[in-house]
Amino acid sequence: MTTTALDTFPRLLLHHASARGERPAMREKHLGIWQSWNWSQAAEQVTAIAAGLAALGFQRGDHLAIIGDNRPRLYWAMCAAQCLGGVAVPLYQDAIAQEMVFVLHDADVKFAVAEDQEQVDKLRDIKAQCPLLQHIFYDDERGLRHYTDVLSLDALQQQGREFARQRPDYVAAEIAKGGAADIAVMLYTSGTTGNPKGVCQTHAAFIGSARGDVAFDGFTADDQILSYLPMAWVGDHLFSYAEALVAGFTVNCPESSETVMIDMREIGPTYYFAPPRVFENLLTQVSIRMEDAGWLKRKWYKYFMQVARRCGAEIMDGKPVALGDRWRYRLGNLLIFGPLRNTLGMSRIRVAYTGGAAIGPDLYRFYRSIGINLKQLYGQTETCAYVSKHANGDVKLDTVGKPLPGVEIKIAHNGEVLVRSPGILKEFRKRPEATAEAIDADGFFRTGDAGFFDSDGHLKIIDRAKDVGKLNDGTLFAPQFIENKLKFFSHIKEAVAFGDARAMTCVMANIDMQAVGDWAERRGIAYSGYTDLAGRPEVVKLIGECVERVNADLAQDSALAGSQIKRFLILHKELDADDGELTRTRKVRRGFIAEKYAVLIDALYAGKTSCHIETQVKFEDGRAGMVSADVQISEARIFSAGELAKAA
Amino acid sequence: MQTRTIGEVILDIRDVSLAFGGVKALTEVSFDVREHEIRAIIGPNGAGKSSMLNVINGVYHPQRGTIAFHGVQRTQMRPHEAARQGIARTFQNIALFKGMSVLDNIMTGRNLKMSSNIFAQALYVGPALKEELRHRHKVEEIIDFLEIQSIRKTPVGRLPYGLQKRVELGRALAAEPNLLLLDEPMAGMNMEEKQDMSRFILDVNDQFGTTIVLIEHDMGVVMDLSDRVVVLDYGKKIGDGTPDEVRANQAVIDAYLGVKH
Amino acid sequence: MNWGFLLEVILGGLMAGVLYSLVALGFVLIYKASGVFNFAQGAMVLFAALSLVRLMEHMPFLAAFVLTLAIMVLLAIGIERLVLRPLVNQAPIILFMATIGLTYFLDGFGQTIWGSDVYQLNIGMPKEPIIMAESLVNGGILVNKEDLYAALIAAILVAGLALFFQKTATGRALRAVADDHQAAQSVGIPLNRIWVIVWAVSGIVALVAGMVWGSKLGVQFSLSLIALKALPVVILGGFESVPGAIIGGLIIGVGEKLSEVYLGPYVGGGIEYWFAYVLALLFLLVRPEGLFGEKHIDRV
Repeated sequence: MTTTALDTFPRLLLHHASARGERPAMREKHLGIWQSWNWSQAAEQVTAIAAGLAALGFQRGDHLAIIGDNRPRLYWAMCAAQCLGGVAVPLYQDAIAQEMVFVLHDADVKFAVAEDQEQVDKLRDIKAQCPLLQHIFYDDERGLRHYTDVLSLDALQQQGREFARQRPDYVAAEIAKGGAADIAVMLYTSGTTGNPKGVCQTHAAFIGSARGDVAFDGFTADDQILSYLPMAWVGDHLFSYAEALVAGFTVNCPESSETVMIDMREIGPTYYFAPPRVFENLLTQVSIRMEDAGWLKRKWYKYFMQVARRCGAEIMDGKPVALGDRWRYRLGNLLIFGPLRNTLGMSRIRVAYTGGAAIGPDLYRFYRSIGINLKQLYGQTETCAYVSKHANGDVKLDTVGKPLPGVEIKIAHNGEVLVRSPGILKEFRKRPEATAEAIDADGFFRTGDAGFFDSDGHLKIIDRAKDVGKLNDGTLFAPQFIENKLKFFSHIKEAVAFGDARAMTCVMANIDMQAVGDWAERRGIAYSGYTDLAGRPEVVKLIGECVERVNADLAQDSALAGSQIKRFLILHKELDADDGELTRTRKVRRGFIAEKYAVLIDALYAGKTSCHIETQVKFEDGRAGMVSADVQISEARIFSAGELAKAA
Repeated sequence: MQTRTIGEVILDIRDVSLAFGGVKALTEVSFDVREHEIRAIIGPNGAGKSSMLNVINGVYHPQRGTIAFHGVQRTQMRPHEAARQGIARTFQNIALFKGMSVLDNIMTGRNLKMSSNIFAQALYVGPALKEELRHRHKVEEIIDFLEIQSIRKTPVGRLPYGLQKRVELGRALAAEPNLLLLDEPMAGMNMEEKQDMSRFILDVNDQFGTTIVLIEHDMGVVMDLSDRVVVLDYGKKIGDGTPDEVRANQAVIDAYLGVKH
Repeated sequence: MNWGFLLEVILGGLMAGVLYSLVALGFVLIYKASGVFNFAQGAMVLFAALSLVRLMEHMPFLAAFVLTLAIMVLLAIGIERLVLRPLVNQAPIILFMATIGLTYFLDGFGQTIWGSDVYQLNIGMPKEPIIMAESLVNGGILVNKEDLYAALIAAILVAGLALFFQKTATGRALRAVADDHQAAQSVGIPLNRIWVIVWAVSGIVALVAGMVWGSKLGVQFSLSLIALKALPVVILGGFESVPGAIIGGLIIGVGEKLSEVYLGPYVGGGIEYWFAYVLALLFLLVRPEGLFGEKHIDRV
């Protein structure tokens, strides 16, 4: 036998069943109690599903659609399909029936596993449109007693066990036939335009990526993960499926999507991923609870959070910290941080990751300072979510870390990040032209993101590649990156950066009426309204300081240093969706603004120090009026890298 | 997908009259409830609907008339005796234990099913412990059924109104009743909560075969849910039949449009 | 400042406080479950202690203790039958008056059958003082071993009660009744039986309190007066809160000892006798629902 190599998921499963058969593989909270299955049981369950599928005619290369929340049997069904040389196709559970039609067609799905009545109903609704779809299985029988055209997974496994009695070696033989280059799973990416694309990933791709991750973070069979993110999402597939099968750790499925927080507290995962908004919500909840707490607790929280901000992250990274602070932090750990981590269910976390969207530096610092090892990772469906990560002790707030083992990253001359790794997709399903477009001749995948390496070798993602432009001198210009940096200041509400195909970067800003208004009141500056306040020299100076801090930041990156903001102005009116300047989701409409305020832009680039403008505005009651002002234009200080080094 | 079969009459109410002092709440009302059916009692405000429920439940004792439950006639009965006979109910103004957790509230619904004596219970040993675990399992099934796992340990007083109603239904279900009385289960709910509650009521009826008598104001809900409807007005029965029959009944239409008698 | 002495005073206060807590607990249990303010709690303490001490003349401690326990349970059944059941649905003030009557009955009845002398109760608690924490404080802290045992017994009782209330079906039924009588009835919890249980439990608490106090001060009529000390405790802690009764007792115990020692010299002593009441009065002004009491906000 040459099939001893652990190069497919079914082989990994069998390996764990024999190497650590009694150790827990899966847990699920059901009827208030954590049920657990060890690796041998898991292997038996998978084999029974596989045999059942085989009995019903599931062929090598067939696709098994899987729809529902994270449930043990849904994960097992994935592996069962792979046992038979089939492909698992997890779908997003909140997809509406019509969205599913495309995927079921595209993947030629004949077999589907649905979690419950809700998902079964969706599938039955579209069955007429998907003539290939023959068999629907379900996990939770609630409300399905009367359905005659669907089969429970229990019944399927029963059939499988029957089948296995007649052909005891069938499944094992099928597993032996499988190869690492077979497609294991198809994950659909929701393109912003057009239909989703099925990303075909092989066993080798996911197992290779998982091995890299496991080695990088040192995961072992003792780790615990809580699987609560959609099974159709590449991250969950990598963390809860591929890595669990590679490292042999325990996957815990929450009782329901509403109980995740409670379940997390009970399980105490050691490995955790959440998108930035989850971390944001948790912090908000903590803040609200602290505001409601008694005065003593509030005082302590405030005091110790200051200590944490000062030295928490340094202590975690093992950097030297003054003895006094070290002791204060220890006390804070006892009184505040420890209990806080416990409420968040993060007491046992060794590594926590986030990614997928920009995370504010304050948020980041908060978690790290209370002793949670929060790091960033970067990747996408087409790369098995395996591109770059922060290493322990080498964390920078605004980067996504260094390339992971086995990953090569190239920056194209337009700034686009190109990736070559074992985790690159094999192809897009039935889309050869899209595949050819995404992977270049050297085998590099085009991520569509623009980024660069900073001086420490960390990858920094700045924008979507198509939004990135160039100044006349060829310097990279990433408008959103600059705007976001400005908007992290509470005094700046909106910012619009110009520079593509121009000589320099200029910015129009809106002040935040609330924050700047408070600021002005504290200083006894009288003002009559937005236009008046925005024109105050003190305010211009305040915003100027923000702009200069952004410049100082930009100057640290050689790639972006040239795009520092040279000139800026504060707009005389607030950008408003009613005036067409913002979209309804409050994104700036750069082109429209450039046209509407052409006078101001000309003045910015012509070097004038002020400019008169009259603008028509719509008031809330629907009347129209005119706002006129002399907008002041200021120069901002530009930094050179050498200057900063001296200052530091 | 209707597979349940409506069975024999299990509750037979004959010529029931109830008065408080000189005020007549119910006058010679007769109707029956069959096994496994959903029976609605409707009527304008003050028609005597809640009084009727309280009579069935043993809170009020009618001056005249008879009530037969499972063929056994009864006259005087206390609420906890009704509970023992398999009648559980919810209240118009939720009557939950506000300071206790959802789990504990539903556990109290198992009270009548507990057999081990109170000394064993107090010592929390042997059979009592085993029994507690058995009840806990049953209660967890109800929690799962009503999809309230996330609030298992939350004190009921902190829950929004709609969820409290659901918990109260859970407590009634914990008694595994043959007859479930629901007093305005959807009062004060928004559209989505009403849909959820309707689904739970139908599921209870379908999965556990529980006979349900409910009072409800929302006509749409009543007509969708119930197999038969009794209409009361000023304490008298003015209609009885399937939702369609009742809808076509002139006396009912008059009562709802406020035509003077 | 002499830290050792301060600690000693605080410790002494805590020990006294534990006993106040025990009596207060009896009040709270009955108030929670039935809304009755049981004025007879002090009389129950005396009655239980008297029964115990006189029975011990004829039998070993354990047998006497069990027998007294049975007497307290019988007493609870009798109270439910003869007092509570006939007065069901009466106004709280009527029930309160009934418990005053009960007080006189118990005092009289107890002294008639058990006698009215001062009895020494010896349940085998060691009396010798010990010195603790010598390494920490100069001279160490002087503690009565008896007090330590008393605190231990009280702690066991409280822990037992907490388990009983939180973990058992009966405890849950008791909490349910305390929360909402009507709702409890509709799920089939028989109120009468719950009343018997709760009076029996507070009878047991009274027995433990009587036993501990009695072995310290001797069993005599003045024992029933400690009920008056427990009154400020429940005002402080809240009428419906078990933790309130415990913490309230400790605060008052410590407070009166500290004020006696450190304020006494300035106002001429005797603070111990009125401190608790003044504190309770202040609480009534500032926080009438007590430290842990529930604020009653009626929904409109």
